[in-house]
Amino acid sequence: MAFDRRDFLKASAGAAALGTLAGCAAQAPTVGKARPKVVVVGAGFGGATCARYMKMWDPNIEVTLIEANDMFVSCPFSNTVLAGMNKMEDITFSYDNLKKAVDNFVVDYVTGIDTAKRSVATRGGKTFAYDHLVLGGGIELLFDQVQGYDAEAQKVIKHAWKAGADQTGVLRAQLEAMPDGGVFAMSVPKAPYRCPPGPYERACMVATYLKKAKPRSKIIILDGNEDIASKKGLFLAAWKKHYGYGTDKSLIDYRPNNMPRSVDPKKMMVGTEFDDVKADVINVVPPMRAAKICGLAGVRRGLDGKEGPWCAIDYRSFESLHVKNVYVLGDSTLTNFPKSGSVANNTGKMCAAAIVEMVNGREPDQAPVVTNTCYSATSEGTAMHVATVFRYDPAGKSMVAQKGGGVSAEESELEFAYMESWAQNVWADTLGL
Amino acid sequence: MKKSLVVSLLLAGTLGAVATAHAVDSRTRFMAANCGYCHGTDGKSRGAIPSIAGLDKAYFVQQMKDFRSGARSGAASTVMHQHATGYTDEEFEKLGEWFSKIK
Ligand SMILES: Cc1cc2nc3c(=O)[nH]c(=O)nc-3n(C[C@H](O)[C@H](O)[C@H](O)COP(=O)(O)OP(=O)(O)OC[C@H]3O[C@@H](n4cnc5c(N)ncnc54)[C@H](O)[C@@H]3O)c2cc1C
Ligand code: HEC
Repeated sequence: MAFDRRDFLKASAGAAALGTLAGCAAQAPTVGKARPKVVVVGAGFGGATCARYMKMWDPNIEVTLIEANDMFVSCPFSNTVLAGMNKMEDITFSYDNLKKAVDNFVVDYVTGIDTAKRSVATRGGKTFAYDHLVLGGGIELLFDQVQGYDAEAQKVIKHAWKAGADQTGVLRAQLEAMPDGGVFAMSVPKAPYRCPPGPYERACMVATYLKKAKPRSKIIILDGNEDIASKKGLFLAAWKKHYGYGTDKSLIDYRPNNMPRSVDPKKMMVGTEFDDVKADVINVVPPMRAAKICGLAGVRRGLDGKEGPWCAIDYRSFESLHVKNVYVLGDSTLTNFPKSGSVANNTGKMCAAAIVEMVNGREPDQAPVVTNTCYSATSEGTAMHVATVFRYDPAGKSMVAQKGGGVSAEESELEFAYMESWAQNVWADTLGL
Repeated sequence: MKKSLVVSLLLAGTLGAVATAHAVDSRTRFMAANCGYCHGTDGKSRGAIPSIAGLDKAYFVQQMKDFRSGARSGAASTVMHQHATGYTDEEFEKLGEWFSKIK
């Protein structure tokens, strides 16, 4: 659907916009009419930010936030845990302040969504009615697309593409247990995937550790793409400068067009179309799509409405193009934004801003501006970034990257300090720390 | 505190005037919030990235223009030149006004 002014007014007047109407009346709390009910699923970078900002901007909205985990574990900076520069506790945060910010914080796993009845059901047997439903579920990993990557294999082979003690923590322990001279085989999924520079940063961070602790070891990067998919020049420069890339002493062996098709945890092998690689530690990130909850709500559909990996949204509100009153944030969306925490945080605010406008009988911003910045660590003390500003184009109903964006001139220690500050600020902004 | 001020303005300004009154410039509010993933909520930063809450409006607007033109460059602009080029002069003014009011 689209939000031209006419549609918007029509929608506000129609039965489909009960929540919107309730919101209009409820903006004066003294009137005592029903408060608009928003249910947010997922307290990651998108969902947590959305819930928090919605309450900041219109406390009258009743916000229920449902999250499967009782702690927030950050993917950003999780690669520094693999390097031994940080510990799991440095990237793990409590939801306590977020709990105080919303009306109802529920630790439970969403198992059903009925968009006709407008209700959400959890594994714990609870149901929640909504006027507006926001889905910030992140990604679903498709293990069945890699032969042999079954439940048993998953005990040995970690993706660490959703951070946690059982992923990032175990992978770090595996690296610590690896002998000097060992092989670490890691993969890069085919684009688009969560965090385009993430795998190349991971190679840097593991290399930082190996260089110090196990210098005879090797990292084999099996890339499903035909080339380094993000910040290529800067990563190549870092690999050369710090890790001997291009020499016979290189810690990194980069192999493009090498998507893992199979894994064998007993023989410790990864198979691609071209190679069979034996390794001491295997880190395969399977293909991915929008979170399961997006499938439950019927919003995992492309621009054409057909079933697809990601969810097509209206950039002015992040409402699904196909199901009314359902909004999708962050990594789950079909956009031309990189799938980053920075973007997820921003999409959370955009959606919050739009819902606040609508429940108060106003039109959302018709020309929103949104930005991305991804910092990547390249060694123990250096980092670099890519930054882009996007502006909504009504004619194309798209987000257009503005001229002038780009990457760091070179990696630097100053940007490492800014990257650390970014992390502190985005965590605090997302979780209300 | 700013948050509660915004809320009371919102309530006061929109009472009885649905769909028209904008006591709060919600477009600027969102645009400013957007800077928060680097500069912190309300522009109050932790760590090396500078805080931009409470900056003098004229100074703020001049910095944004200097980032965009390249007058502020090198180590003094690792990233901001790439952000500033994406905004208009009018948006610089509004953002400058917004952040200058945050205590
Ligand atoms: C190694 C790595 C490094 C990265 N580094 C950076 C970086 O430096 N900078 C950057 O900007 N981005 C980085 N990213 C990307 C960033 O982590 C993601 O883009 C971001 O997490 C996306 O946010 P989200 O809200 O869409 O999803 P998530 O943050 O994954 O949040 C989804 C939430 O939904 C919950 N959930 C899912 N299903 C259900 C359900 N059925 N019921 C209840 N709850 C549910 C999950 O538990 C989770 O908390 C990195 C990613 C990786 C893997
Ligand atoms: C990627 C993180 C990032 C984002 C996003 C960002 N900034 Fe910045 N900002 C910085 C850094 C880092 C500096 C220090 C200068 C530099 O290295 O670019 C800075 C400096 C500034 C300064 C100069 C402060 C001073 O004391 O001289 C202003 C003003 C500013 N930013 C405004 C903004 C505004 C407004 C936005 C949102 C539209 C924004 N910034 C978004 C990182 C960011």
